[in-house]
Amino acid sequence: MSNYSHHLLVCGGTECHNSDSDAIICNLRDELESKNLSESVQVIMTGCFGLCGKGPIVKVMPDNTYYVGVKPEDAQEIIEEHIIKHRKVSRLLYKDPVTGKPLDDGKTIGRFRKQLRIVLRNCGFINPENIDEYIAREGYMALGKVLTEMTPEEVIKEVKGSGQRGRGGAGFSTGLKWELARRSNSEEKYVVCNADEGDPGAFMDRSVLEGDPHSVLEAMAICGYSIGASQGLIYIRAEYPLAIERLKIAINQAREYGLLGNDILGTGFSFDINLRYGAGAFVCGEETALIHSMEGLRGEPTVKPPFPAEAGFRGKPTNVNNVETFAAIPAIILKGAAWYSSIGTEKSKGTKVFALAGKINNVGLIEVPMGTTLREVIFEIGGGIKNGKKFKGIQTGGPSGGCLAEKHLDTPIDFDNLIQAGSIMGSGAMVVLDEDDCMVAMAKFFLDFTVEESCGKCAPCRIGNKRMHELLGQICDGKGTMEDLDRLKNMCIVIKDTALCGLGQTSPNPVLSMMDNYYDEYVAHVTDKKCPAGQCRNLMEYVINAENCVGCTACARVCPVNAISGERKEIHHINPAICIKCGACMEKCKFDAIYIS
Amino acid sequence: MSKIKSLADLKKKRDELKVNTAAETGSTATGSIVQIKVAMATCGIASGAKTIFEFFREQLVRRNIEAVVTRTGCMGYCYAEPTIEVKLPGREPVVFGFVDLKRADQVIEKYIKAGELVDGIIPVNYETIDLKE
Repeated sequence: MSNYSHHLLVCGGTECHNSDSDAIICNLRDELESKNLSESVQVIMTGCFGLCGKGPIVKVMPDNTYYVGVKPEDAQEIIEEHIIKHRKVSRLLYKDPVTGKPLDDGKTIGRFRKQLRIVLRNCGFINPENIDEYIAREGYMALGKVLTEMTPEEVIKEVKGSGQRGRGGAGFSTGLKWELARRSNSEEKYVVCNADEGDPGAFMDRSVLEGDPHSVLEAMAICGYSIGASQGLIYIRAEYPLAIERLKIAINQAREYGLLGNDILGTGFSFDINLRYGAGAFVCGEETALIHSMEGLRGEPTVKPPFPAEAGFRGKPTNVNNVETFAAIPAIILKGAAWYSSIGTEKSKGTKVFALAGKINNVGLIEVPMGTTLREVIFEIGGGIKNGKKFKGIQTGGPSGGCLAEKHLDTPIDFDNLIQAGSIMGSGAMVVLDEDDCMVAMAKFFLDFTVEESCGKCAPCRIGNKRMHELLGQICDGKGTMEDLDRLKNMCIVIKDTALCGLGQTSPNPVLSMMDNYYDEYVAHVTDKKCPAGQCRNLMEYVINAENCVGCTACARVCPVNAISGERKEIHHINPAICIKCGACMEKCKFDAIYIS
Repeated sequence: MSKIKSLADLKKKRDELKVNTAAETGSTATGSIVQIKVAMATCGIASGAKTIFEFFREQLVRRNIEAVVTRTGCMGYCYAEPTIEVKLPGREPVVFGFVDLKRADQVIEKYIKAGELVDGIIPVNYETIDLKE
């Protein structure tokens, strides 16, 4: 079928910082040309292999050989040895970091990649609308195993032993949560899946529900068996229509097969799942608010205790877990607690899914073992910062988290390390910021969100955040004072200590961490009335450089408020009193004559 | 669909499916026909995956190529949507990103018909666990 006997895949592309790729491709092609092999060997550039530390990489197909750290001058040897004489170039093969042995089989190289997919094991692989594809990949086997071979106590012991902590953000032990719900005495209990994903930049849960809905359904049934519940509810925001559609299809298919409903697999255990829709309020991700919303009440949090495990939905014991937490459960049951707890760090086991967004090359959904560093995530998996700009910070945990700086890049990611660094794991949103982002404006942006989403029940959150937002606005406008900075910090601490629920208690995190890590930038806004990143409109001025201006009038014509004056072929001038800082003139100027002061 | 009444039934079902749908899902099995998966989570659809999905369904029939085209969830490469995975009989699956109609046409004409690779390949950059006992 194919005219080609071999394909040589070279990693690279315009976004890649490995600039050698082009030279390697060029040399490989020249070499093939000179040996009359262009007709039978194809050289092609591909995307990232996720092994950037070892790049550039040349992969030979069909024999699956990986050559790492390839230099342009290696092209001749690869063609002469590998392609012509069928001998692998062992000095370029990837070496096992432990044994130092060269690996010539691409299949074994997988475990040296940074990403490990447990939660996303079926995502992008199976058809989510066909239960058969899930079953063919060991779907519902964990439920079968639990119902036939294990007592509820044994299941809880296994989940506890795995060391898994809740992926919704707080990091509470899943097994312990199940145990508490089991201990509560009641005929009627509920399993709730929290699919109210609300962090800006987060799309982990949506992707799991859209790509592998059955893994969540199966895990909820396992949880129901463990805690003694026969009812499951998924609280999902109406803003996720496709996830809802696929969940409905999945639930119906599972019911038709008898994998949900009465007497599952002939074991006498009954469990069914229904959907509850949320209107998209951020606070409803908090479990007590979520439960109230499901009951038809206002989505407002209440003080814990009583915890939902004692009195939750309709006053009955309720276990609430996040989508990602559930999706890992079937794997834990089938592969065992010992296997799961062998992955990750001492206190955070397993893997975590992150949604990489912001100023990063490979925006995407990734899953890495706990303990992977931020540097590996941003610069290897994420492919580095867009347009060759400088890394400035990374906001983890959405508006409840903090912004980590350059000095935190080598921190291994886990629940405790992120807290120590001044942020949180949160649900897994990661927003990467570059040198063009202003840390005062960014803090204001995240607070915008919290102010909007505050339910208004407690004063610290309702009033405090509003006042903080005003202060940040003043600082952005150049009207802040040093006293304001102290006041801001003080308010952060008070709100953290006194707010009623998680939303309020964590809302000052972005401000606190940004003030800690980028204090100079705050001071510059206050004392010098300057925005170092050039983002705060009221602190910048567009100026025409007299040396470059040729008087072409292009800027004056594009200005929407007629702030630019000047005769043809004469130097133009911008009137700062009229200028609205839209930047249209700078974009239009062909002579780089307009700059921001 | 008939009910699955016991764990033994479920295992039987799984084993049957593994044989029958090897062509549809198994990446290692040597299926005898071409398989194409189109990543169709919200994000993929938003960047045009539906058009690509329909293009393959229509064009493969029109060009007399026996193939299965299925939809799947997010493959994780948001920066390169729409993404597709193509598995030719007896070969490893290959993921192509930035698939517009022009590239989809190239995939059919060059890769599927002639085994020639086209631009936009995204190498697998992760390891996936295997739940088999």
